[in-house]
Amino acid sequence: MKQVEPLIFELSRSGRGATAQHPPAAAAEIPGKFRRRRRPALPEVSELQVVRHYTRLSQMNYSIDTQFYPLGSCTMKYNPRACNSLAMLPEFLGRHPLAPVSTGQGFMACMFELQEMLKAVTGMAGVSLTPMAGAQGEFTGVAMIRAYHRARGDLARNEIIVPDAAHGTNPATATMCGMKIREIASQPDGDVDLAALDAALSPATAGIMLTNPCTLGVFERRITQIARKVHDAGGLLYYDGANLNAILGKVRPGEMEFDAIHMNLHKTFSTPHGGGGPGSGAVGVGPRLLPYLPVPIVGRDGGHYRWLDERDLPDSIGRLSAFMGNAGVLLRAYVYMRILGAEGMRRVGEYSTLNANYLMARLREAGFDAAYPSRRASHEFIITLKRQARELDVNAMDFAKRLLDYGYHAPTTYFPLLVPECLLIEPTETETREELDGFVEALAAIQREAETDAPMVKGAPHTLPVRRLDDVRAAKQLDVAWKPAGA
Amino acid sequence: MSNIPNDLRYTKSHEWLRSLPDGSIEIGISDHAQAALGDLVFVEVPEAGRVLAAGDACAVVESVKAASDVYSPVGGAVIAGNELLATQPELINTDPYGQGWILRLRPSGDAADLLDAKAYAAEVAAAG
Amino acid sequence: MPYIPHTAEDVRAMLDRIGVKSIDDLFDEIPKDLRIDSLPGVPAALSEMEVARLVSARAAADGRPLNFIGAGAYEHHIPAPVWALATRGEIYSAYTPYQAEASQGTLQIMYEYQSMIAGLTAMDVSNASLYDGASALAEACLMSVRAHRRSKSARILVPTTVNPTWRKVARVITEGQGLVLEEMPFCAEDGTTIPKSLARYDGQDITAIIIQQPNFFGQLEDVDALTRWARAHGALIIAAVNPVSLALLSPPGEWGDGGADIACGEAQPFGVPLSSGGPYVGFMATRLEHVRQMPGRIAGCTVDLDGKRGFTLTLQAREQHIRRGKATSNICTNQGLLMTAATIYLSLLGPVGLERVASACVARTAELVSALAGLPGVRAAFTGPRFHEAVLQLDRPVGQVLDSLAAEGIIGGHDLARDYPELGHALLVCATETRTVEDIAAYGRALGRVLGRQAAA
Repeated sequence: MKQVEPLIFELSRSGRGATAQHPPAAAAEIPGKFRRRRRPALPEVSELQVVRHYTRLSQMNYSIDTQFYPLGSCTMKYNPRACNSLAMLPEFLGRHPLAPVSTGQGFMACMFELQEMLKAVTGMAGVSLTPMAGAQGEFTGVAMIRAYHRARGDLARNEIIVPDAAHGTNPATATMCGMKIREIASQPDGDVDLAALDAALSPATAGIMLTNPCTLGVFERRITQIARKVHDAGGLLYYDGANLNAILGKVRPGEMEFDAIHMNLHKTFSTPHGGGGPGSGAVGVGPRLLPYLPVPIVGRDGGHYRWLDERDLPDSIGRLSAFMGNAGVLLRAYVYMRILGAEGMRRVGEYSTLNANYLMARLREAGFDAAYPSRRASHEFIITLKRQARELDVNAMDFAKRLLDYGYHAPTTYFPLLVPECLLIEPTETETREELDGFVEALAAIQREAETDAPMVKGAPHTLPVRRLDDVRAAKQLDVAWKPAGA
Repeated sequence: MSNIPNDLRYTKSHEWLRSLPDGSIEIGISDHAQAALGDLVFVEVPEAGRVLAAGDACAVVESVKAASDVYSPVGGAVIAGNELLATQPELINTDPYGQGWILRLRPSGDAADLLDAKAYAAEVAAAG
Repeated sequence: MPYIPHTAEDVRAMLDRIGVKSIDDLFDEIPKDLRIDSLPGVPAALSEMEVARLVSARAAADGRPLNFIGAGAYEHHIPAPVWALATRGEIYSAYTPYQAEASQGTLQIMYEYQSMIAGLTAMDVSNASLYDGASALAEACLMSVRAHRRSKSARILVPTTVNPTWRKVARVITEGQGLVLEEMPFCAEDGTTIPKSLARYDGQDITAIIIQQPNFFGQLEDVDALTRWARAHGALIIAAVNPVSLALLSPPGEWGDGGADIACGEAQPFGVPLSSGGPYVGFMATRLEHVRQMPGRIAGCTVDLDGKRGFTLTLQAREQHIRRGKATSNICTNQGLLMTAATIYLSLLGPVGLERVASACVARTAELVSALAGLPGVRAAFTGPRFHEAVLQLDRPVGQVLDSLAAEGIIGGHDLARDYPELGHALLVCATETRTVEDIAAYGRALGRVLGRQAAA
C-alpha cells in the first residue's frame, strides 16, 4: 500500500490543466457588481495526475471488494456489479427528474415494481421511496406518527419510547420531530424490559421505536406482547429496519404489528456504501399511516405510470427531497431484488443467520466471551472483551486496530453502548466458511499476542499507510480545509 | 482510584461545588468524570449574567468520544465562566478541582440533592 | 443461490459446529406464528442476463431526449475519469471511515472536497456533504437557530424566489422544532427580491434570512444589499448558491461587508448525472465560529504516532452516535460516492475549466432566450441579469406545449403554473455548456411548429 499521497493542491502548478475537459471560451455578460474578484483556489493539474492521485488514494482504503468487512449493523454484503452497470444505463442517467412522465415510463415501471416488492417483503400496506437515508426514513416514521396523532386531536402525545440499546439516530430523530424521549431498560438477556415498558406508557406516548432483531443481536421474543401494550396505550410502533437482513424472507415487520418501518437499501438490499453514502431509507406503513406517506409515490393507472403527489395524498407529511429520492440507489436495489427473487431473499435471512451463528460458535470455542451466550445470534452477535481489558489492559479498540494488520476490517466497536468493550460482528450471507475461519484464527492470534506482547497490540496498526491518529489534536487544532499560502 | 476532595460537595451527575469566602459558588466536574470523558477538546461555558435554576444544563464539555452537559447543582446568577478553558480545555483533565473550574455563580438558595465526599465516593464505586 | 457461496457440505459442517440439525433451528427463538415460509408478491429470481434484458428494454423505451430543464438539477458534461475512478471497488464498496487508518483514501478525498467547497464559497470550513441541496437548506435553517446567540424568535425570512420545493422540504424538516419560515414577495419586473421590502421587519427579532443566488428563476439577486440589511439587523445570512456559478459570481464569504454565515446548496452539477432525480449531494460551509453547530461529517488533518500526516473524522461529538438526543441533527450518512465524484470533477476542471463551463452556460442561455423569445407568443418574463436559466411567458398553457415538444424529443423546460400561478403561462428554461448552437436551433424550430407560427424574421 502506498504510504503517503500528497494533497491534490500540492500537485498543482499554475498554468496546468486537463484542457480536454475545458469548453471553448465564451462571453458571459454579467455586470461587474455581481462578479467574483479572485479566482477560487482549485487545483491546476493534468488529467493523468488526477487519475493517478485518486487511484492511489483508493488503494489506501479497505473495502468489501478487497477485505472481509464484518461491521455489525452495517450489512457489508457484496455489492453486485450488475446493479451498478444497469443503474448507470445512459437513458436512466441522463433523465431529468422533472421531464414529462411520458418520457420515463421505463424508469417508473422499475420504481413501481420496487415499491410492490418492498411491500411484499415487509408485509406493509404502502411504501414511499423518497427518504434519502436511513436517518431520513426514521424522521419520516416519527413525523407520520406525529401527524396521525395531531389529525386525531391527540396533541398531548409527544413522547417517543426508545430502548437504551437503540442506535443514536433514534433519539436524535425524536428530538428533530419535537418529541421527548423516554428511555427504557433492556433485560440482561437482551429483550426489552416489559415492566419498564409498562411504566413508560402513558397518555403522552406517541409511539415506540424498536429494531428487531435489536441492536444487541437478538430477536425481541415478546414483540407481539409489546405491540399490544403500545397499541392499547394509544401509541404506534416504529420499526428501525437496520437489521432486516436477519429476517428477510423469514418474518415480516407488518405481521409484527409495526405501523411504520424504514428500510436501509444500502444495507439489506446491497446498494454501495460509497465511503459514506448515498443511502436510501424507503419507508413502509400499515393502514393507519397510509394517508401520511411522503410524496411523490409512483402510481399506476391502467398501463400508465405517474407520480402521486400532494393532490393525491392531501394529508401527506410532504416532501423530504428536491425530487423523488435517490433514484440511482433505488434502481440498484431493484436489480438486486429481481436477481434474488423470492427464494433468493429467503436465503438471505437463512444464510446471514447461519454465518453469524457459526462464527459465534467458533469464536466461543476459541475462548472469546459472547455477550448473550444463551441466545441465538441473529445476523450479528456481540463479543465482549472486558475480561481482556481488565486482565491484559488490551481493549476492544486495540483488538480492532490489530485486526487491520491481519487484513480484516474491524467489526463495529463500542456500539451498542450497553455492552462494555464490545465487538458487534455481522459477517453477512455472501462470505465463505473459509473467510469466517480465517477471521477466527486472526482473533485467536491477536489474543495470544495480547498475552505475550500487549504493547505491540496496543500500538497497532503497524502495516497501514498511517499508524494510530491523534484524535485529540484533530479536534483541538482544527484543520479541516487546505488553504493556499498567504490565505 | 479517583480523587475526591473532602472539602467539596458533589452531585450524582459528577459535578462538584465549592463555597467561596465571598459567598459565591464555584462549580466543576469531578476527577471521575474527566477520566471517563478522556482528553477534553472543547468546553462551552455560560455567559455572565445568565440565571440558572438548580439542575439546569449550564455548560458542555466535549472530548473526542463524548459530549456531556454539565448541570448546575444550585440555582443562581452566573458571575463568570472560566475563560481559560476556551484555549486550554485540558485544564479540566489535569486540574479538575483547581484551574479546571467551569463557572462561578451567586446562589439564590435553590439547591439540588448534594452529596458529601464519602457519599459521592460510594456512588462512584457502585457504578463500577 | 445468487451471491451465496455455501455448498451443501459447508452447511452440514457449519450446522454441526453450531450444534443444530437445520438452518430452521436457528430461528427457533422467533415465535412460530410470526414465521413465514414463502414471499407471495415477490417474483421468482431472474438471471443477471434476464434482468439486463428487461431493464435495458425499459431504458431504451425512455430514450434520450434533448434536455432544457434546470430547476435545481443541471446537465453538465461529466469527464470520463470521474466515474471510472468513483466506481473503483475500493471507493464504491468502502464504508464510512470510522477506522481511519484503513480509510485514508476516503478521508483524504473528504478533506480535499471540504477544501474546494470552502474555497469556492469563500467560507472558513465545509462539511463532507449532506443528502441534497433541499435538505442542506433545511439543516442550515436549523443551524442558524442554534448558532444565533441572541435571537429567540426562530423566524427565518424566505424569499419566494427561493426554489419552491426546497421551501417545502425546509418546512417539513424544521416544523417539529418550532421554526417560523416567513415568505417574502418578489418584484414582478425583474424577478428578484426587493431589498426595500425588508424595511417592514426593522426592529423585529429575525434569526436569519435565506438568499438564493442565482434565484430559482435564474435571475441575479442584489446579494450585497440583502446581506447588509441582515448584518445591520442582527440576522444571520444563509446563502443558497449554485456551485458552478461560483466560478463567475461573488462568493457568499464576500457578500455585503462581512459575508454570509452559512453557504449551502446542491453540488450535483459537479460530476453527478441527472439520474432521474438522485442521488445528489448537498454542500454546506460556514464561518469558523459556527463550526460546532454544523451538522454532517467533517474530516480533519492530524498526525499519527510517528508524526506522519493523516486524516480522521473529527468533531464527532456533535453527531448522533455520540450526542444522541442532543445531536446537531440525526444525520448518519454523507453522500460519500457523490462527494468523491465532485472532488474528481473539480480537480479535472480546475479554476480555468470551471470558469469556461460557467461562461458557456451564461452564453448558451442568452442564445436560447434570444431564439425562443424571438417567436411570436413568447416573451422573456424578467429584465435584469441572469445566470443559466430564464423564465419565458407563453400565450397559452405551458403543459400542452411541453407535451408536444416531448413528442418531438425535446424536454422544453419546467412549467411554473403550480408554484407561481401569478406569472401566468410561465416556463423555466435552461441551457448549459452541453447545449450546442444546433440544439438551440432545433428547439426554436420545434417550438415554432408547436405554436403554429414562424420565427420573427
